[in-house]
Amino acid sequence: MPDLSYIEAINQALHQEMERDENVFVLGEDVGEFGGAFKATAGLYEKFGRRRVLDTPMCEWAFIGLANGAAMMGLKPVVEIQFADFISTGFDPIVQYAATTHYRWGAKLPLVIRAPWGGGACAGPFHSQCKEAWFAHCPGLKIVIPSTPHDAKGLLISAIRDPNPVIFFEPKYLYRRQKMEVPLETYASPLGKAAIRREGSALSIITYGAMVPEALEAAETLSAENISCEVVDLRTLVPLDKKTVLDSVRKTSRALIVHEAVRTAGFGAEVAAIISEEAFDALDAPPARLTAPDTPVPYSPPLEKAFRPDADKIAVRARELIRY
Amino acid sequence: MSADSMNKIPGEKLLELLYWMMLTRRIDDRCEALFKQGCFPGGIFSQEGHEAISVGSAILLEEGDAIAPMHRDLGAYLVRGMSPGRIFAQAMGRQGAPSGGRDVNTHGLGDISLRIFGYVSHLPQSMGIALGAAYSFLYRKEDRVALTYFGDGASSEGGCHEALNLAAVLKAPVVFILENNQYAYSTPIEKQCLVENLSIRAEGYGIPGVTIDGTDVISVMETTREAIDRARGGDGPTLIECKNLRLKGHAAHDPADYIPPDLLRRWKKRDPISLFRERLENSGLLDKNTLAELQSRVEAETEAGVEWAEASPWPEAATLEEDVFSDA
Repeated sequence: MPDLSYIEAINQALHQEMERDENVFVLGEDVGEFGGAFKATAGLYEKFGRRRVLDTPMCEWAFIGLANGAAMMGLKPVVEIQFADFISTGFDPIVQYAATTHYRWGAKLPLVIRAPWGGGACAGPFHSQCKEAWFAHCPGLKIVIPSTPHDAKGLLISAIRDPNPVIFFEPKYLYRRQKMEVPLETYASPLGKAAIRREGSALSIITYGAMVPEALEAAETLSAENISCEVVDLRTLVPLDKKTVLDSVRKTSRALIVHEAVRTAGFGAEVAAIISEEAFDALDAPPARLTAPDTPVPYSPPLEKAFRPDADKIAVRARELIRY
Repeated sequence: MSADSMNKIPGEKLLELLYWMMLTRRIDDRCEALFKQGCFPGGIFSQEGHEAISVGSAILLEEGDAIAPMHRDLGAYLVRGMSPGRIFAQAMGRQGAPSGGRDVNTHGLGDISLRIFGYVSHLPQSMGIALGAAYSFLYRKEDRVALTYFGDGASSEGGCHEALNLAAVLKAPVVFILENNQYAYSTPIEKQCLVENLSIRAEGYGIPGVTIDGTDVISVMETTREAIDRARGGDGPTLIECKNLRLKGHAAHDPADYIPPDLLRRWKKRDPISLFRERLENSGLLDKNTLAELQSRVEAETEAGVEWAEASPWPEAATLEEDVFSDA
């Protein structure tokens, strides 16, 4: 089993799904001969040609609209948004058209929108954002945010095979930071199933994306202090695996929800509300959130470090919660 | 051009055009009456003055072609196989409607088996959708075309520019029909743009653009035919601007008293159905008996549609949360 980075796993999934299914095609800015800004689509153009690896002008509104129409005709478009921040320029085709169509008049719209997402790369306010909450508020969209190369491949394959529109956020901070064994064969990791990344008994850290390795690092630090943390990786926000979250919280009696997105009306608020409503009797402390503050994403390293949650901040907040 | 062109079209086809336009008008009138009687929970858009555009273009499509219409294209829905009963049921919010009561009036009036795409209010979303259908034809090397419609209002949206440019770059087999009815709700065309003809914008995308009389069904048909031939021949999209006037309000609630009476009077003389009927009569292609037959056929089909829709049950409240996602 070869060791692959996150971005290599994405690339392999795209190659394999395009080989498997003639209806799968990718489109977006610079995805063709150039291979994409992060090289996620490298080698596809050479293998599958322009028809199935479509370079577009800068026009998210139109190329997502095109993908919607093509999807309803039975094709399986995989759109790349160069940076997740730019997704707002194509907002209506996603939240108004793709999200509502099956409910409104029954047409299937199997669409994947991949978007390099999140910060930690000193990329500034417009190449670092985490906007998953925008889409979680739109019934009809699935939201996937894998945290490992293994999941990146398995969840992307599931997203491509899903008959619904799926927003697939890729924490670009993780693209080349870790390598792990990824099976060469194809496999579909189910959407709507969270993963327990580390078992523990005193506190549940519930998180996703690039905060998963930070939470694991914090859990390791805390274990030396005899604080046993469970780390829950949500993997998909919609559908949400409530059962795994609630089972974990009922076991540990404490919940710390961590995300890179800003605080107010972030997805963590939803998770905290679910825990409060459905596991209140099991709690020894109020559900806590550790998030970015309510500011745009700053550029300069000291500012971005202050903005973004990390292992140290998670450990500090976890200790407070244990002492509650 | 138009008179010569008419001679080339078989008489039977001409009567078919008239039939669809009359059916559109009759359903439109019936919808307005039903709205005023309180039979529709929501609003309904007027079609009056648009019949030549929607019918004259959609009549040219073949099986497998796709269409992404908007809210003034009732004629196109009918021509492409949407039944009057389903149209009424949609406005009534009944189960038998294409949306089963989940979407309002012509919104979401889609049927993928007919290759009619339901629209959203955010016009001109349908331009992107039609472009996607057209791309699927290129992708599968199918000799098909997609037709889409938008108004002068939507022509000011940024997406209109994106879709025209992307379609041009891809040489996609799509025909863009701009229904310039001179009003975006209450905003007159002179407050929307400075150009005399919106079709001039086509030049900026490197595609053909033409402005025609949207009240002349033959002109619409012949111009669209050329555009469809170009699209099928691999020469890419065309922008056709059809000029008309919306003869009633934006929707049935709107008296449209902002339209100057003189302007309205002038255009009412150019009612597309009256104009075409007179031409057929003057050419000896339509006699009183045939017209009476058409009228009673249209009347019967409309009333049968209303009855069908009224017999269709209300949606069950228990189904509210179903179908947000497709299971397979």
